[in-house]
Amino acid sequence: MADATISGGLPQGRGAKTASPGGPMLAADGTPLRASLARSLRRQKMRALLLIAPLLLFILVTFVMPIGDMLFRSVENHIVADTLPRTVAALRDDPSEVPGEPVFRAMAEDLQVAVEEKTHTQLGTRLNYESSGMSSLLRGTGRDVKGMGEDVAKAVTGLDDAWEEPGTWVALLADPAWVQTQAEWAAADDKSPEPAFAASAAATERLPRTVEAYQAFAHVTQADDGDSVTEEEPWNLAYVALADDLRADPGAAEAFEGDNRARLDALSAAVADGTVPAVSYRDMFVESDDAWGEPGTWSVLRTFSSRFTPGYYLNAVDLKLGPNGIEMREPKDRIYLQLFVRTLVMSLVITGTCILLGYPIAFLLANLPERTANLLMILVLLPFWTSLLVRTSAWKVLLQQQGVINDILVWLGIVGDGNRLALINNQTGTIIAMTHILLPFMILPLYSVMKGIPKSYVRAAKSLGANDWTAFWRVYFPQSVPGIGAGSILCFILAIGYYITPELVGGTKGVFISNRIAYHISDSLNWGLAAALGTILLAVVMLLYWAYDRLVGIDNVKLGG
Amino acid sequence: MVQAQRDSAFVQFERVQKSYDGQTLVVKDLNLTVPKGEFLTMLGPSGSGKTTTLMMLAGFETATHGQIRLNGRNINDVPPHKRGIGMVFQNYALFPHMSVAENLAFPLDVRSLGKAEKEQKVKRALDMVQMGQFANRRPGQLSGGQQQRIALARALVFEPELVLMDEPLGALDKQLREHMQFEIKHIADSLGITVVYVTHDQTEALTMSDRVAVFNDGVIQQLAPPDELYEAPMNSFVARFIGENNTMTGVVTALDGSRCVVRLDSGDEIDAKPVNVAKVGERTKVSIRPERVETNKARLRPGAHTLTARVEEFIYMGDMFRTRLSVAGNSNFIMKTRNAPDQVRLEPGAEIEIGWLPEDCRALDAA
Ligand SMILES: Nc1ncnc2c1ncn2[C@@H]1O[C@H](COP(=O)(O)OP(=O)(O)OP(=O)(O)O)[C@@H](O)[C@H]1O
Ligand SMILES: [Mg+2]
Repeated sequence: MADATISGGLPQGRGAKTASPGGPMLAADGTPLRASLARSLRRQKMRALLLIAPLLLFILVTFVMPIGDMLFRSVENHIVADTLPRTVAALRDDPSEVPGEPVFRAMAEDLQVAVEEKTHTQLGTRLNYESSGMSSLLRGTGRDVKGMGEDVAKAVTGLDDAWEEPGTWVALLADPAWVQTQAEWAAADDKSPEPAFAASAAATERLPRTVEAYQAFAHVTQADDGDSVTEEEPWNLAYVALADDLRADPGAAEAFEGDNRARLDALSAAVADGTVPAVSYRDMFVESDDAWGEPGTWSVLRTFSSRFTPGYYLNAVDLKLGPNGIEMREPKDRIYLQLFVRTLVMSLVITGTCILLGYPIAFLLANLPERTANLLMILVLLPFWTSLLVRTSAWKVLLQQQGVINDILVWLGIVGDGNRLALINNQTGTIIAMTHILLPFMILPLYSVMKGIPKSYVRAAKSLGANDWTAFWRVYFPQSVPGIGAGSILCFILAIGYYITPELVGGTKGVFISNRIAYHISDSLNWGLAAALGTILLAVVMLLYWAYDRLVGIDNVKLGG
Repeated sequence: MVQAQRDSAFVQFERVQKSYDGQTLVVKDLNLTVPKGEFLTMLGPSGSGKTTTLMMLAGFETATHGQIRLNGRNINDVPPHKRGIGMVFQNYALFPHMSVAENLAFPLDVRSLGKAEKEQKVKRALDMVQMGQFANRRPGQLSGGQQQRIALARALVFEPELVLMDEPLGALDKQLREHMQFEIKHIADSLGITVVYVTHDQTEALTMSDRVAVFNDGVIQQLAPPDELYEAPMNSFVARFIGENNTMTGVVTALDGSRCVVRLDSGDEIDAKPVNVAKVGERTKVSIRPERVETNKARLRPGAHTLTARVEEFIYMGDMFRTRLSVAGNSNFIMKTRNAPDQVRLEPGAEIEIGWLPEDCRALDAA
């Protein structure tokens, strides 16, 4: 036994010989060793799980769910489909560049509802991200849509005052059962909303557009305004729809009885002889704004009518979805790619300067006697005791053109008073201030890794004939690489998402992508774009992390010796 | 004669002192000469300055005073990497990021050797420690004993004339350590290199060395071949430190050249050999090895002093019997006897007479 070890025998020489030939390893009781190991570990695992459960929950709620929400937001696009449901449905059947009357009619209904519900401005804001002008278009036409079909309504009511009465419409279109429940509701006089309007079978069959338009009106009146349809005159839209229905189906009146029939007959005749004019929504929309007649407007609507969209992502990398597929944005609108590249490059530069400045310090600290090292370590950690804001503001004082550093340089005669260095509100400022802030994150892991490298390695190298430099470079340095790795990952990931410092000292040239994300979250309120930018940032970091793992190996990252 | 003179001074410490803090001397006035090809061991308790001495020789510590010469040349100001001294560290210090072969090639690399020559030397060194098949492993994938072999091979691969080893076997288990002691000694002898070896394991020191320097408190207490060290310790520290030993204190009452009589504190008189005593009336500590204690009066010289002892404990140890006795007020007096057919096993409580040959009982300093 001892012989096997000391003569340098292969390690497996000592292996327990409990394996049945060819079969799996068995435990003493004959069960497979793997199974009994798993059983004995299960309790341990359960306990471990219980111990971390609170943290797990915390992370789930504060980290995983927000990230999930962000990912969702970055592709979510319900607003078009929710605000313009009829238009979106109608557009699906109409592939022409500028669609026909049915789409415009649907648009009129949708817009009328949206105006009543005040959602058309939100839609305008959303679509404006994709194509400027959409916001004002929707606002403008939103103002006009109420007046559309006014002349038709006038003609109809001129024919018979009864059309001005809400009751006339209810009598014509309502389902008798609904009339009953509505009457009960009115009698009860409680605060509950009016029962949702239901149309009769005859009306739905013979006057489909009218029912559709009326129902849109009824919904807004009942659900949004909390009024009763029995007391509100319908929108112009309903009059136009009724006229259109009768034009399409002159005999529709025969499905009705009594007053309804008489009124419809009269109206049919008036429609037929032109007393009630025929109107085109398309014309009315174009009259409101020429943009409605342009293919571009409709292509934007069409493109963003689906419930999910790659639009934010495209936007985040300076692309857009045009009528002919994905294309670059106008050069003047391209900002994000440049910003991403700048963020990455500057984070790398900052990480690099942190390594250059931090390595010698960590080396010094690791090789000093414990007491001195601890004292100096406090100095390294000192910045952590000051608020980030204070430190960054201090850099403002130091770096500005009339600031301390420039003053000293001028006083030393290194730069002339006329051409003081621009050290702030540009990339230099960001790099200087962020290097200072992130330096401890480089020094700490480096120090603890270096602390764990026994002195005997360098001594051994020297005793083997290596001079100071070779001993350092070939023996000490490779062993400190895990510290560099850990420090770099830490610095780089912190830098890439940094916000306050670039905001304060970066000016316009030195800001990072996070500043843009913050802008979209708090100023432009384009959360979808902010989410897409954030997601891309996350993906880039994970990609780099992966690449790092492939190149250096994540096992090579050590935070302690 | 001239040849011998030069050889006898391959490594030379001359009045070397070392202080780390400027207040205490860790090494005090060290004079030591190591001839070429010798296996010299520094043995001593923890903190006695062995490593410090070794590090001064290797060049990692500077002597505060005195000269260190290698091959007749003063090397005080020669940086470690130019001294050409091989070194084996206690924790082996194998470079973890290099394979075994790369570790071995390192000293050859820095000496800019050709590829073929390098490979050949690496292979030879690996074969020497029987580790040929591990060339591509990382040190972390080797057992302690295997790492030890690699560290040894690395210290030898660039063919230094002097190799220093600081407790190279300290981390190994007993059996492995004994095996490696033999192997290191064997390799050192066959290569004819000079070895300065540090240990605080006296068995190791005694079995491996040509000479042993016993350190205590920064001073070499005795420098002698192992047998002499064991048989003839020059002071009570060495006697206590090397091997098992019974000591008793008393006063010299008669002194005559190679013999003296000591009256113990209990009043009994014994025979001893004067080593560190100069005159009658001096206090002394006598030292006698357990295996030199004699119970058979027939083997003692006529007229020899004997002592009465009571058996306290009898321990059977296989090849030996170990008996604890109460003698002259010392209840921890150990006697070792060989397990021979005629040897009686003593019962606790029995009273016996013990004695020894005067030359086996050394009257040393009273410290
Ligand atoms: N770098 C140092 N700085 C200050 N004092 C030191 C240093 N190295 C060693 N000493 C002191 O010098 C004395 C001798 O140490 P040294 O390492 O030489 O002992 P040693 O004989 O090798 O002991 P051990 O058997 O425990 O290794 C000790 O008291 C130790 O505390
Ligand atoms: Mg030591």
